[in-house]
Amino acid sequence: MRRDFLKGAVLGAVLLALPGLAHAAEWKPQRPVEMVIMAGQGGGADRLARAIQTMIQKNDLSNMPFLPVNKGGGSGAEALRYLKDKAGDPHVIMATLNSYYTTPLLTPIGVDIAEFVPVARLAVDDFVLWVNADSDIKTLDQYVAAVKKQGRGFKMGGTGTNQEDSLVTAMVERAFKVQHTYVPFQGGGEVAKALLGNHVQASVNNPSEAMQFYKAGKVRPLAVFSEKRLPELPDVPTMRELGHELVYTMQRSFVLPPGTPKEVQAYYVDLFRKVDQHPEWVKYAQNMSLTRDFLAGPELQEAFLRERQQHQDLLATMTASAAN
Amino acid sequence: MHTLTTRRVELGVAATLALFSLYLMAKSAELPIGWVSGQGPGGGAFPFWLSAIMLLASLAVLARAWRGLTPPSRGEGAFIQVGSGPLLGAVVGSLVALLLAIHLVGVYVAIPLFLAFHLRVLGSHSWRLTATMMVATPVVLFLVFEVALKTMLPKGLTEPFFYPLYALFL
Amino acid sequence: MDILASLLDGFGTSLLPLNIAVMIAGVTVGMLIGALPGLGSVNGVAILLPLTFLVPPTSAMIFMAALYYGCMYGDAIASILLGIPGASSAVATTFDGRPMAMSGKAGVALTASAIASFTGGTVSIVLFTVLAPTLADAALAFGPAEEFALVLLAFTTFVALGGQDRFKTVIAICLGLVLSTVGLDMISGQPRLIFGDLPGFYHGISFLVLAIGIYGIGEMLNTIESTRNKVAMVQPRMTLGTVRETLREMRGSIGTLSQGSVLGFFVGTLPAAGATTASLMAYGVAKMTSRHPERFGKGEINGIVAPESANNAASTGSFLPMLTLGIPGSATTALLLGGMVLWGLQPGPMLFIEQPEFTWGLISSLYVSNVFAVIANLAFIPLFCYALRVPFTILAAVIFVLCVVGGYAPSSDMHDVWLMLGFGLAGFVLCRLDYPLAPMVLSMVLGPIMENALRQSLIAGQGTPSLFLERPIALTFILIAVLLFTLPAVKMALANRRPPAPALAEEKA
Repeated sequence: MRRDFLKGAVLGAVLLALPGLAHAAEWKPQRPVEMVIMAGQGGGADRLARAIQTMIQKNDLSNMPFLPVNKGGGSGAEALRYLKDKAGDPHVIMATLNSYYTTPLLTPIGVDIAEFVPVARLAVDDFVLWVNADSDIKTLDQYVAAVKKQGRGFKMGGTGTNQEDSLVTAMVERAFKVQHTYVPFQGGGEVAKALLGNHVQASVNNPSEAMQFYKAGKVRPLAVFSEKRLPELPDVPTMRELGHELVYTMQRSFVLPPGTPKEVQAYYVDLFRKVDQHPEWVKYAQNMSLTRDFLAGPELQEAFLRERQQHQDLLATMTASAAN
Repeated sequence: MHTLTTRRVELGVAATLALFSLYLMAKSAELPIGWVSGQGPGGGAFPFWLSAIMLLASLAVLARAWRGLTPPSRGEGAFIQVGSGPLLGAVVGSLVALLLAIHLVGVYVAIPLFLAFHLRVLGSHSWRLTATMMVATPVVLFLVFEVALKTMLPKGLTEPFFYPLYALFL
Repeated sequence: MDILASLLDGFGTSLLPLNIAVMIAGVTVGMLIGALPGLGSVNGVAILLPLTFLVPPTSAMIFMAALYYGCMYGDAIASILLGIPGASSAVATTFDGRPMAMSGKAGVALTASAIASFTGGTVSIVLFTVLAPTLADAALAFGPAEEFALVLLAFTTFVALGGQDRFKTVIAICLGLVLSTVGLDMISGQPRLIFGDLPGFYHGISFLVLAIGIYGIGEMLNTIESTRNKVAMVQPRMTLGTVRETLREMRGSIGTLSQGSVLGFFVGTLPAAGATTASLMAYGVAKMTSRHPERFGKGEINGIVAPESANNAASTGSFLPMLTLGIPGSATTALLLGGMVLWGLQPGPMLFIEQPEFTWGLISSLYVSNVFAVIANLAFIPLFCYALRVPFTILAAVIFVLCVVGGYAPSSDMHDVWLMLGFGLAGFVLCRLDYPLAPMVLSMVLGPIMENALRQSLIAGQGTPSLFLERPIALTFILIAVLLFTLPAVKMALANRRPPAPALAEEKA
């Protein structure tokens, strides 16, 4: 009773205070937009989300600022659950990465990503197989031979278990019938450092995480896990060129809570289309060696569900091989 | 005379800590707590064995307190000073009420009410000072957190009232 | 000299009017943020980073560095005057800073902290300048095994010296360590200790929530219980004579000062260690080498000098791996690194070669901001003392409000605020029963680093501890840690040979 009265009073006040907006056909945010990041501070997903937030604010692409909030707990389980609980709230948006697929499959939090409302995919990030520049390994064949010879003594560094790096490692192991000792680290930067210090012998870092060490001549790329060669590493072959069907990329996209109205979705899609075309974003993507790959609408949702299925298969083979 | 003596609290807390460590052990055991071959300890091992050490230490404290070997276990006086109880209760109660109110009506209503209670009722300060603090605190919080630091504070039902302010300041 | 020429060029950049202006702004804002309980340099840098796009990258970085610096000074103000550490790196400062303030020497404590911070910072910048071009490769030798050994060493340095009930200390340490494991197990990728399936536990329990709960809410409740709102807080006196008095009291502190500064710098340069570890180690070492270890924890000036010189030295030191390798030495430098990318700079080993104006401009600015920081800090002391003359009923209410807002801001989650209140109530009870609470907060900070480094080393050694035995740095650290741990026992055994100690006799009775 009392709550209803309060709600009524609040609603009345809003209608009185904002007569213009109540009739406006086009939706615009009325309060700062909370940009939930599915990862902790400092990682690739976080850097990208914050860069976009700054671009939006600096270039006045939106009338309200976007406020980044990191909810990286439980590989993003916290963010997913938060977004689910915010159903229908038009002032929340989430920056995702591939844990968007894996976390709901691995953690019992009752989240189905098919319920979320997609906005846009801005880019995909690539994976590269790296070794320390001091190592004798110069080609993929030598790499495979080295892992076979050393067996479990060969250490692969990567991010936490069940996260992207471990999936790529599992793909490599399956394709070449080898076994690494997988050492998990807190994030890509830590992995790069461990490789530099020879604490691990190889990594599958994203180009942005290892690029400066590559330029300084401290690490050596062996192969790329993408469809095509990367512009920054034109001499490095793709896995496919080398005759192995190993393709894995990291998507960088944004989604809204379940039940977000169409006009709200349209507003955000439009906003991110502007971001995609902005020269600052183009330059940022180039600097971070991200592949720009804009996708929105139903095609994006289809892509999400397709990739979720792929991850489910991948996880299934991983648990099967772990049991052996 | 007093039922809640320091000795009784000491014994009670040690027993509670022992039970809590048992709970922590059970909760940790949801993950492997043994030695995973080729990997070292499993995911639950670190919290499990630390909780086990905590259990032993709690039992040791309990035993020592029983025999009166720890200073608090010799305290036959009241754990809470005579006369402090009601005040302490009021403060803790006001904190709980503050948090509940934040969920419902947000910080900008809850905090002025909290200040009013502390300054006027507990502190017996003048209405003028109380009113000044009730107005100044939310204004400063808004300017520091929302405007300067871009951190949104919870507003509960009062959220829509802030739309014009956002349009003005952000 | 090559370095000297580069540094002079750097001063050409850092002494531009715009850069001086951002330095003063950074130091002042930093000090205010640092002084707020619960808000430290990480929060300040994270929150203000988006605002730095108004100025060019070099100025933005200089502002951020000055802010970081100011926070390190400001944290000490909160630790001494309120008894609440503004950040984990200032926890050690409360041990002696608080008792000193309570005994009416707040002014001396604040001045000593400012002087120590200044010295630590300056020594560290000089070391930084000399070593930056060459130290790059040394930091890389630190893998998980060395990290674990270092944290173990930092831990034992502190723990071995605690004088409280042994069993209660063990409980506090274990509880802190267990609570630090809540959230996600990074190694196996599984969630763990999600109490009551509450989603708020997925992000783990931040040490800040525990620290604000214990040092904010708990401490206030304690004061209310013992004073019944009747007694106002200590009235610190602060005149120009205080500086002279402090300098006189600090005459015997030169050893501690240089120890803290050098130790702080080197620990700060190591990844994963940072200012918190450094300040605790410095405190432990100061207590151990002191002729009056019994005075520590009761208001000993060296108990402030050691951690304050070390945490400022470490914050400068943590810039070293960030600038030379692009690897952050602390959470704050991790954010600064993210900022550099946003500003269009490529951090990494090439930075010194490609962007000399940026790197040397930043290094030289550290010298200048340090001077501004100590001046601003001393100038603000009367202001903060004035703030404490406010009646306790007002202060307590305002501190409660700050705690609630400060507990909410970092995670934007009311879950953490409730947790904080719970910790506050528990802390109040435990504190009155002589459970030492500082080790609990510390183990919470060091716990995750320790566990991950240990398990990474074991995985890398394929389930055997071979890595610890093969690596000389790690082995040395572990041996020192073991030595430190057994030292008190040896000391006690030696002491027992002398006539029976009075404490022992009392316990028998």
